[in-house]
Amino acid sequence: MQAPELTVATVPQPDSTEGAVAAAAAPPASLQRPTLRLFAYPITGPLFALIVIFVVFSLTTSTFMNAGNISLIAQQSVVIGTLALGQTLIILVSGIDLADGAIMVLGTVVAGSIASHGDAVLAMALGFVACIVVASINGLVIARFRLPPFIATLGMFTIIAAAARLYSQSRSFPVTSDLLSVLGSGPEFGTVAVTYGTMLWVALTLVLGYALNETPWGVRVYAIGNSPIAARLNGVNVTRVVFSVYALAGVFYAFAAWQALGRTPIADPTGYQIANLDSITAVVIGGTSLFGGRGGVAGTFIGTLIVVALKNGLTQAGIDSLYQQIATGALVMLAVGADQYLGRGHRA
Amino acid sequence: MTPVFAADPSLAMQAIGLTKHYGQVVAMEGADFELATGEILAVVGDNGAGKSTLIKALAGALIPDSGQVYIDGEPVRFSSPLDARLVGIETVYQELAVATQLDITQNMFLGREVRKPGVLGSVLRQLDKKRMRQQAAEQMHNLGIRVQSIRQAIETLSGGQRQAVAVARAAAWGRKVVILDEPTAALGVRETHQVLDLIRRVREHGLSVVLISHSMPEIFAIADRIHIHRLGRRAAIVSPKTTVMSDVVAVMTGALPSDAVVSAALAPAGAPDF
Repeated sequence: MQAPELTVATVPQPDSTEGAVAAAAAPPASLQRPTLRLFAYPITGPLFALIVIFVVFSLTTSTFMNAGNISLIAQQSVVIGTLALGQTLIILVSGIDLADGAIMVLGTVVAGSIASHGDAVLAMALGFVACIVVASINGLVIARFRLPPFIATLGMFTIIAAAARLYSQSRSFPVTSDLLSVLGSGPEFGTVAVTYGTMLWVALTLVLGYALNETPWGVRVYAIGNSPIAARLNGVNVTRVVFSVYALAGVFYAFAAWQALGRTPIADPTGYQIANLDSITAVVIGGTSLFGGRGGVAGTFIGTLIVVALKNGLTQAGIDSLYQQIATGALVMLAVGADQYLGRGHRA
Repeated sequence: MTPVFAADPSLAMQAIGLTKHYGQVVAMEGADFELATGEILAVVGDNGAGKSTLIKALAGALIPDSGQVYIDGEPVRFSSPLDARLVGIETVYQELAVATQLDITQNMFLGREVRKPGVLGSVLRQLDKKRMRQQAAEQMHNLGIRVQSIRQAIETLSGGQRQAVAVARAAAWGRKVVILDEPTAALGVRETHQVLDLIRRVREHGLSVVLISHSMPEIFAIADRIHIHRLGRRAAIVSPKTTVMSDVVAVMTGALPSDAVVSAALAPAGAPDF
């Protein structure tokens, strides 16, 4: 990195309007107020969809719109929502991770099995290590050896799903440790439970939002998703940043594993089989472009709520879960279609 | 092979006997190069003459097999584009090297972001957006580039404005030399004029400019001297004041021998040692 000083020549230039590069009608370059643009991209679409879902289910069911159910939606969101944070990072660099759910399940099984006859802190640490190591292997083969993310993570998905079963001999591990299941608890106000898991989900969203919007690393993540060539020509170490994205996603998968044990205190190697698709759905519905470079965690937060609130509402309305899957699938296609046709996926 | 040659410290950049072979293919064979301080030097050559190879060697994007590059008379060796940047050489590559979804400021500072002072910057790694916007706005103003806001995404700009941002970025960071690889190739007439004006202003700010171009009228309008590249080496260096366009083209294509035009070379060429 160079000295952070723009070495602009000091000769003040007379403002030669004739030679100005822009149209003469354009107003002069103006300094903008330094506002905090933590979530500076369009989330109005997803937000509108979320509001529509809330209005529709409030009118059609008697049980949807109450504080208890809203807090339930938040609790139902934490696992997919935390996974989707990692998925957001990866999609922002034009990648995709089909293995995120499997990696999370591996984390729960590793932690659950060790905790069943050992120390809970050690169990949790090894669960984190397992998630981060596997996600880093993904990062290595994608960033360093240039494998297409779809294929690399599809391979990792089947490997890890099988490995988790082999490791556990297809058994489930009930989790009795307070540490491992703590995220399912939290202060309760009547029917409203604000779990530590919900708080953690919000906190992780804010931290990642900060990293993406307020740090050099975040700018580079967006630049790589936008144009890897431009990023490289500007001295960004693309390989290193892409690797860091996958490795960091692994940290979020580990937190998701912790969230999962808080929701259901059983480490089941056959659980969460379509969590990968759910996480991708949440990211895409939240307005992050599959082409990379556009979107962010605020959208993903709302996208997660959309997916979960839709399922919750359809359940309250007594609609079969297969129809819920159809609704979610249609929503994904709608979101991707919007990404395409609103020109946001177009390369300038 | 000690060349009977002393590098000329009055030259911003100089190269002697640059050679690059790719297997049997000779991309560069004893190419000399000289760039005076504060001049606009056009580099012309037919397709396949080896202009790109020369420029890449000067920008650090390619390591020559032999030969020596000098900056202000001091020998330098670049093993990556970063090395060239560190001594003050910036390059604007032909493919528009801007991230279109990022804004002007983010592009100006991409890879060289400024962080806030103190703990915010060192521990929390927080960007100093205010300072970067201020400096970006100053730079755009100094070069007479007008945009609505330095927070505009590049994709909202015209082709000429985009190229202007790329040139402004190179001028901002380049302390000595700005290398422009066909900056007007994708532009219309009006936008081309605007970018040429901008290149003149970059020169007025004391930087030396290397301009690779295919457009003879453009070159004769703006260049102080013209480096004619042919068959992997410099065939001649001429002044547009003393050499007519048709002769430049003739030397470029080999229709005229290189000694048929008046040389505008400042330093003696390196002794060919082959």
